[in-house]
Amino acid sequence: MSAPDPVPARTDGHIRDPAEQGHRSAASAVELEDSRFGHGGVTTEPPANGRRRTRRRGAGLLYRLCLGWLALIVFVAITAPWLPLPDPDTIDIAAKLAPPLTAGHLLGSDGLGRDILSRLVFGAQVSLIISLSAVGIGIVVGGTIGMVVGYFRGRLETTVMAGVDVLLAFPGLVLLLALIAFVGQSLTAITLVIGFLSIPIYARVARAATLAVSQREYVLAAGLMGARTRRILFREIMPNVILPVAAFGLIALGVVIVLEGSLAFLGLSVEAPAATWGSMIAEGKRHLSDAIHIALIPSVVMFLTVLSLNLVGDVLRSRFDVREANL
Amino acid sequence: MNPATSATENTARPVAGLGHAEPLLAVRNLHTFFDTPRGIVRAVDDVSFSVDRGRTIGIVGESGSGKTVLSRSVLNLLPKKATIPAGGEILFEGRDLRPLSSKQMRSYWGPQLAMVFQDPMTSLNAVVKIGRQITEGLREHTDLNRRAAEQEAVALLRSVGIPAPERRLGEYPHQLSGGMRQRVTIAIAMACGPKLLIADEPTTALDVTVQAQILDLLARQQRERSMGMVLVTHDLGVVANRTDEIAVMYAGQFVEKAPTPIIFGSMRHPYTEALMRSIPRIENPSHTRLDAIPGRPPDLADLPRGCRFAPRCRNAQQRCLEENPPLFPGEQPGHEFRCFFPVGTPAGDEARERNVRDGRTAAGIDMDTLTKASA
Amino acid sequence: MGRLIGKKLLTLVPVLLAVSLLTFLLLSLLPGDPALLVLGGQAGSAESIAAVRTDLGLDRSLPQRYLSWLWAGLQGDLGTSYITRQEVTGAILERLPVTFELMALSLVMALVIAVPLGVFSAYLVGGRFDKSVTGATFGLLALPNFIFALILIGVFSVGLGILPATGWSPLSDGVLENLRSAFLPALALSVGNIAVFTRLLRTDMIATLQEDHVTLARSKGLPTSRILFRHALRPSSFSLLTVAGLQVGTLLSGTVIIESIFALPGVGRLLFDAINSRDLLMVQGIVLLLAVIFVLVNFVVDVLYTFLDPRIRSGATRVRA
Repeated sequence: MSAPDPVPARTDGHIRDPAEQGHRSAASAVELEDSRFGHGGVTTEPPANGRRRTRRRGAGLLYRLCLGWLALIVFVAITAPWLPLPDPDTIDIAAKLAPPLTAGHLLGSDGLGRDILSRLVFGAQVSLIISLSAVGIGIVVGGTIGMVVGYFRGRLETTVMAGVDVLLAFPGLVLLLALIAFVGQSLTAITLVIGFLSIPIYARVARAATLAVSQREYVLAAGLMGARTRRILFREIMPNVILPVAAFGLIALGVVIVLEGSLAFLGLSVEAPAATWGSMIAEGKRHLSDAIHIALIPSVVMFLTVLSLNLVGDVLRSRFDVREANL
Repeated sequence: MNPATSATENTARPVAGLGHAEPLLAVRNLHTFFDTPRGIVRAVDDVSFSVDRGRTIGIVGESGSGKTVLSRSVLNLLPKKATIPAGGEILFEGRDLRPLSSKQMRSYWGPQLAMVFQDPMTSLNAVVKIGRQITEGLREHTDLNRRAAEQEAVALLRSVGIPAPERRLGEYPHQLSGGMRQRVTIAIAMACGPKLLIADEPTTALDVTVQAQILDLLARQQRERSMGMVLVTHDLGVVANRTDEIAVMYAGQFVEKAPTPIIFGSMRHPYTEALMRSIPRIENPSHTRLDAIPGRPPDLADLPRGCRFAPRCRNAQQRCLEENPPLFPGEQPGHEFRCFFPVGTPAGDEARERNVRDGRTAAGIDMDTLTKASA
Repeated sequence: MGRLIGKKLLTLVPVLLAVSLLTFLLLSLLPGDPALLVLGGQAGSAESIAAVRTDLGLDRSLPQRYLSWLWAGLQGDLGTSYITRQEVTGAILERLPVTFELMALSLVMALVIAVPLGVFSAYLVGGRFDKSVTGATFGLLALPNFIFALILIGVFSVGLGILPATGWSPLSDGVLENLRSAFLPALALSVGNIAVFTRLLRTDMIATLQEDHVTLARSKGLPTSRILFRHALRPSSFSLLTVAGLQVGTLLSGTVIIESIFALPGVGRLLFDAINSRDLLMVQGIVLLLAVIFVLVNFVVDVLYTFLDPRIRSGATRVRA
């Protein structure tokens, strides 16, 4: 016969083992799906939603911190001209290489005596403008192309996607550098070139999303009801394509910031003496031994910004994915 | 090196003292619980059985009954982290396997215990050659060199009925048919001459025509090696002629256990009866309605207070909703069942009639739904 | 098998052609007089400009120019730079070995670091090791390679003084010295790949470890390391290989920055110098070459994949995507 069970406590007709409380906390660290060697065939998995909820709770604080940082950067970039900061381009050799927390230079000064904090702030402007515009161009132009091509299929699709493939056959930075060198180094030029070169990727993403959606019933139904193509595209398809494209774009913002930073580092971004994070880091390279803060501070700022973008993008993307799964 | 003789040589040993033979495997009050966000899943809830050398026990249950978890629990294959310690013993030749670490179990897995899985396409590594999958077990547990191990592998493949075994060594699983793949997994299991084999739905993924061959092969291997075998399946037909004992599992518990002829001759549990009824019989006229059991097994994380089968049982009475019946001994030796109103007893017949009169069971199920017309 | 490769070859040629066309067009349609562009800032007399015009064949139509440029290119002649007076092809070939060594070393480093990280974080999923690795890879993804390079220089060259910050010691001068000069650049170049490979492998392995064949391997009594590295790693390695191949493009781009920082005589640095001096012909040649390399590598990876995955090799349908 069976061993005596612990005295069951009865709650609404179901037995709950009082010892289970302790067990639950001990074993809760490892969720079933994460067990190492698995036990193929056992159908005791918790539903996806349950796991997501736990994970999101844990990531809450980090997520909010990142949002906060991004908000700070954006705020500072927008209000830059009105902030009580010294001019970012004023050279003051006497005060050069000042460490942080010197009088008049909260974050110190660089090799030419320029204030690092204010250069950081104006550099944020550059980074933001370029990344937002370039990604914007990519999303709007690339997204539309992808959507149209994915919906109409046929010859158009083959040609356009072949072109996309060819553009993507070039290692990114290489082509970017080459174009910038010859097109010029103005803010507009750089933005346009980066935007142009990112069109193919968004076209791909949008096309994939369109292909997935256009076979769904409500799109076919709309067509059957005689809706005009343009209406279908905008009312049915676009809302579904926007989500993955936007999620991708959020992470792409980080990529573009790094891209621009690389350009600036090589001296190929907006012309000196304009302040950009990348050029600040490049200047800091010379002083790694005596004034490390010149390179360190903008590096940290760039790193934190890209990290925050990635994290926020990741969280948002998993949120949207859950909704996708429920469809 | 004939695998059959080498296996028996390996595995023959004097039976433990104490006057009577110790069972090869004795599972006592086994519990396997998982902690999940939905609650505690009681996949195996107080299961006991034993197997001797040369004997076979069949464990029959639907999906969701916990039988797969049981098979892996018995071999101690479940990762420790995922399960909550909840009691029970797994005595293999008298030694409790439960507290052993994976490292300690490694000397058992292969030479003493082996398993055959349901789907050979997923249980074989698709990107590793068949020869390797057999020889690595051999080389791990014996000191055969590569050449000798390969020869042994060829012999094993031949003994499980695979033609042209030398060629198979260099092939990949997808190059074989389903039946052959399963033969390979059996060869892998037999490689180190285990004393106990657990076969988890060994024929479910195969064509009907091949099923009998595989079952025959398993039976032959068992005879030759004098192994104990646990045959887990959802199909009563599979265990009908090939087991010495049958245990019927439902919602994590055994609801009936008896030597095979007794189960088929005088079953007591309504679930067993329902299982029997649901087997299509060839002598029935065509278009006979299949007598499936309506309803679904309960959620193992949210079990009812009373008998777990009550919601689907023809004999269900009020008592069944309140108490989960313990295992009662039957009249014949070795027969146990978990029911207050068992089939084929006066109490059970009475309960059935009461329900028929009321038109519904105590669980509120309409009797018509439970008694489908079977011509 | 051969037919499969043949088919892929057929798609390869048009892509290469398109790439060459695009390179030619992109840099030939830039604003400004090509002759002036090519001369850089050294526009001299009207005769020299006219000479350049004929040299470049600017008097002919665009398609004609393209074809003669392509024809010359196929024979290995990508022109002679007006700025540095070097033969483009020669200059590139001279520096290719350095860049290749750098990229190869970087890939190897990334794999050597990523494979154990990925395998063990999948094995110990949810635990402390796994969580730290996941956090670290997240951080690495956000770290631009030039910042990482500066950190490495700061720590190992300026701080500890054990590795050089600049300069390249060729293989002919000794393997040890060569590796010393290549170590930091290769490591800096691999930062992104370490993160990408680790994450990919981890995700793939977590899925693989759930599969039945791993449980069966356990039930054979095999030691854990063998199960992890000989059984579970195999199927996951295919996607790793594919991604590694695709990452060559990022690596190529990265060499421009890394070679500039560490002053290495590679193709990336050549491109950087050429861009700075507005050397159109050189830039055109390099861009073409790098793109061709990228396409070829992708092609090779594609073919290799077919070779290595036994399921595809014998034409069976793939079991796992």
